[in-house]
Amino acid sequence: MREETVKKRTEPSAIKADDSAKVRTLSEGLHPRRDALRAALPASFPVMTGYVFLGITLGIYATSQGFSPWYPTLMALTIYGGSLEFVTVSMLLAPFAPLVSLSMAFMIQARHLFYGLAMLDKFKGTGWKKFFLIFWMSDETFAVTFSADIPDKVDRGWFYFFVSLLDYLYWAVGVTAGGLAGSLITIKAQGLDFVMTAMFVVIFLDQWLKEKRHYTAYIGLLSAAVCRLVFSADSFMIPTMVLILVFLTALRKPLEKKGGFIE
Amino acid sequence: MTISEQIITIGCCVAGTMLSRFLPFLLISSRRPTPKFIIYLGKALPSAIFGMLVIYCLKNVTFTSGTFGIPELASIAVTVLIHLWRRNMMLSMAAGTACYMVLVNLVF
Repeated sequence: MREETVKKRTEPSAIKADDSAKVRTLSEGLHPRRDALRAALPASFPVMTGYVFLGITLGIYATSQGFSPWYPTLMALTIYGGSLEFVTVSMLLAPFAPLVSLSMAFMIQARHLFYGLAMLDKFKGTGWKKFFLIFWMSDETFAVTFSADIPDKVDRGWFYFFVSLLDYLYWAVGVTAGGLAGSLITIKAQGLDFVMTAMFVVIFLDQWLKEKRHYTAYIGLLSAAVCRLVFSADSFMIPTMVLILVFLTALRKPLEKKGGFIE
Repeated sequence: MTISEQIITIGCCVAGTMLSRFLPFLLISSRRPTPKFIIYLGKALPSAIFGMLVIYCLKNVTFTSGTFGIPELASIAVTVLIHLWRRNMMLSMAAGTACYMVLVNLVF
């Protein structure tokens, strides 16, 4: 934000961010798309293995639960959110509850709100690409684009676009490969569904190791456990999410004072 | 679930996701500072949500009869230990899942 105000002071007001991006593209790179793709490819490589392997896992998991490989692929292309897609598979196996699905999806993906806030300024002036930059946002894509050191001659919008697109494709390819593999080899053994539990345990543990204090982690665990005791397996999620929000709101002052629940 | 119920369920997940992705760009002007409460939730929510999701995964486990949740708890312990040892997500997931499959297929 500070950068923005500085820019406004130094630049003539007639030139908008949009125009200056175009001017730079014309004067400094004859192939803005090719240059951006060349810079985006190596930047996206660290994401590739993770996405392909987790994608394969999701594909196999979904087909092992009796779904045709179309399901995981369709979810990969439309939802495009790793952990939620695992949860979606289990939603499809539970009784129909659209309100639960919607609110769980929003709560699980709520972290995107903060990625969006962080990228508000960076996505300015990217034109039609902005829609895709927002649609293709993910934990990993955010990590790469937010911290990327983009060379001066590379167009920022196209760089973001290709990193986001490549990550999206890695995921789609992994999920589809897993779905096809899972539908060809029928896995008879029970217990493959534990892979989702293991995944959330790992994500939770990574989060845990980053914090000095674990109050909010306890709030999540306890709210869910208590609600599960009171309500049925199919109806405890909405009360859980309400309870978490109530706790976090009511305990905001002491929690902020003690701090340490992140970084 | 019928096919149309499945489509609606997936659609709800798409809608919830897109809402979280597009909302900041639709609502918040970058000139105005982000509300402090939103920033606080951004820091406080993730641990709570992932804790909730761990319990969500165990929602159908009965701890009072049958296997008493021993395969689940043992496999979670294996996942945690392997993860503390190597910090490799795929390895920890594979080890925990393999442990669980062995326990439910061969032991219990």
